[in-house]
Amino acid sequence: MSPSSRMRTLRTMRAMRRTATVPPRGRRRRSLLGLAAWLCGLFFFVPVAWMVLTSFHRETDTAANPPDLGAPLTLHGYREFFGAGGGASPWPPLINSLTASVVATLLVLTLAVPAAYALAVKPVRRWSDVLFFFLSTKMLPVVAGLLPLYLVAQKAGMLDNIWLLIILYASMNLPIAVWMMRSFLAEIPVEILEAAAIDGAGLPTTLLRIVAPLALPGIAATGLISFIFSWNELLFARVLTGVVAGTAPVFLTGFVTSQGLFLAKVCAAATVISLPVLAAGFAAQDKLVEGLSLGAVK
Amino acid sequence: MPTQATDAPAPGPNGTAHTRGRAAVDRARARTRRAPLLPALLFLIVVTQLPFLATVVISFLRWNALAPQNRGPAGFDNYRAVFTDPALRSSVATTVLLTVTVVLVSLLLGLGLALLLDRRFRGRGIVRTLLITPFLIVPVASALIWKHALYNASYGLINGVLTWVWGLFGSDGPPQPDWLTRTPLAAVEVALIWQWTPFMMLILLAGLQSRPTDTVEAAQVDGASPFDIFRYLTLPHLRRYLELAALLGTIYVVQNFDAVFTITSGGLGTANLPYTLYQTFYQAHDYGLASAQGVVVLLASLLVATFALRTVSSLLREEGVR
Repeated sequence: MSPSSRMRTLRTMRAMRRTATVPPRGRRRRSLLGLAAWLCGLFFFVPVAWMVLTSFHRETDTAANPPDLGAPLTLHGYREFFGAGGGASPWPPLINSLTASVVATLLVLTLAVPAAYALAVKPVRRWSDVLFFFLSTKMLPVVAGLLPLYLVAQKAGMLDNIWLLIILYASMNLPIAVWMMRSFLAEIPVEILEAAAIDGAGLPTTLLRIVAPLALPGIAATGLISFIFSWNELLFARVLTGVVAGTAPVFLTGFVTSQGLFLAKVCAAATVISLPVLAAGFAAQDKLVEGLSLGAVK
Repeated sequence: MPTQATDAPAPGPNGTAHTRGRAAVDRARARTRRAPLLPALLFLIVVTQLPFLATVVISFLRWNALAPQNRGPAGFDNYRAVFTDPALRSSVATTVLLTVTVVLVSLLLGLGLALLLDRRFRGRGIVRTLLITPFLIVPVASALIWKHALYNASYGLINGVLTWVWGLFGSDGPPQPDWLTRTPLAAVEVALIWQWTPFMMLILLAGLQSRPTDTVEAAQVDGASPFDIFRYLTLPHLRRYLELAALLGTIYVVQNFDAVFTITSGGLGTANLPYTLYQTFYQAHDYGLASAQGVVVLLASLLVATFALRTVSSLLREEGVR
């Protein structure tokens, strides 16, 4: 049999399978599996849905057992969270979190894009060793370096200073960013860069005018992931900041000291603080795996 | 020209002026290639590696911030304390148990979900989004929600559902266990499994979708059962991805602080190493001991990291990175 006729036979056989043998049982099985996927998805979503629903309930309704799903909705929890009840205002920590995450992310990108260029586009000697050095720093527990950082910050008068967090968050996210950017930059055709070099473009011009625009989607995804990890961080923020530079996660941990009913307020707080991460995560959804697996999985 | 060669400074063992000139150019070129890398490299070494070095040094000191005058070399005393203190030993055991349970269970669940999502059905995109959401809740927030909105004995959702189900059958004495005191470690584990399953699923789904479809179709034509296809084609292909997901999950979960800190405050045998280290340093102010704990955590992570790096590098080789 010639290859093409064999292909044809294969295709007809496949078509026969699809039409002749699969239908009744196969289709039911497939829709059952689809249903199972839906049920799993909904099951995993329950805590999130419950969080959001509870955040719109009155405190007295949140204490109902069994739960009262149809309780009247109110913004009371959100008003309480934003300081209507006389508690501490969440705005300073939210702004601190935003500052730390955004500035750290910008710093990460400024350092990571050139580094990735030197590792992927015009690789230095032993580039893979350097790459793996970056990765290994991400695999070592940050908690083991916490004490020296605390002591140095104390000596330098940097405790409770947002810049300290910015530097640390940048260092935490830099390895991930270098790995992600490396895999994005490796996709840029070499010819374009060669043409730029022939036209006399230096390194800064090449990076700003050619690499950055071409790799923009990758840079955006890298930035979003760095933003998420910075926004989520608790340990460093808790140990190294206080009243001035405290971030949103720290604020959240100090939130549940109040007496009486507070569940709606906590759920409102958790929802508000998670919103930026949810937005960034869904925006970066397609590149999320690549970032989380440090660029090893596409 | 021969005269030029003799005028040049004494050549190296097997180098002429010409090749040395090229070597200089090469070196200059290498320097410009290296230049964009250096800021990131220096930054990372200073901020992340020097502290580890300092930790190693401090771990050999007797240093408690509450007794600053009693400071001096301690030899291996801190390490002896790490391995003889029963509380610390139990925190090592807790770390291992917590990490292994969370990684294995979320890996299995993630595999199941990835297989379910690896086929076309109506609303697949929505289900994928629903499944990713747990990973996109700020970890502290999700720990708080699990603690107060789900586990709470009197108004948490879990006991609320128990009341509701028992009520369906006309019983008014439903079990209302206090999950946080009865099964504290499992409570932390379940919250973490919920958070990490999407991560595993995403990596495994990417693995499944990178699988060559023609071999699967050929096997189907040859009459292989779905189980055979899974066992002999899908699983071997997924092996690398399973390893990678497990190792990365291990690296992240070993370091977990947020859930332990928020859900149980390290009480009732849930204190893992990062939490214990935090306590030794932040509450007991024993800098020497905290550093010795840090070094132990560091060495253990290094062990896992070695395997992780090997897996990553074999994945990279496979995809043929230039």
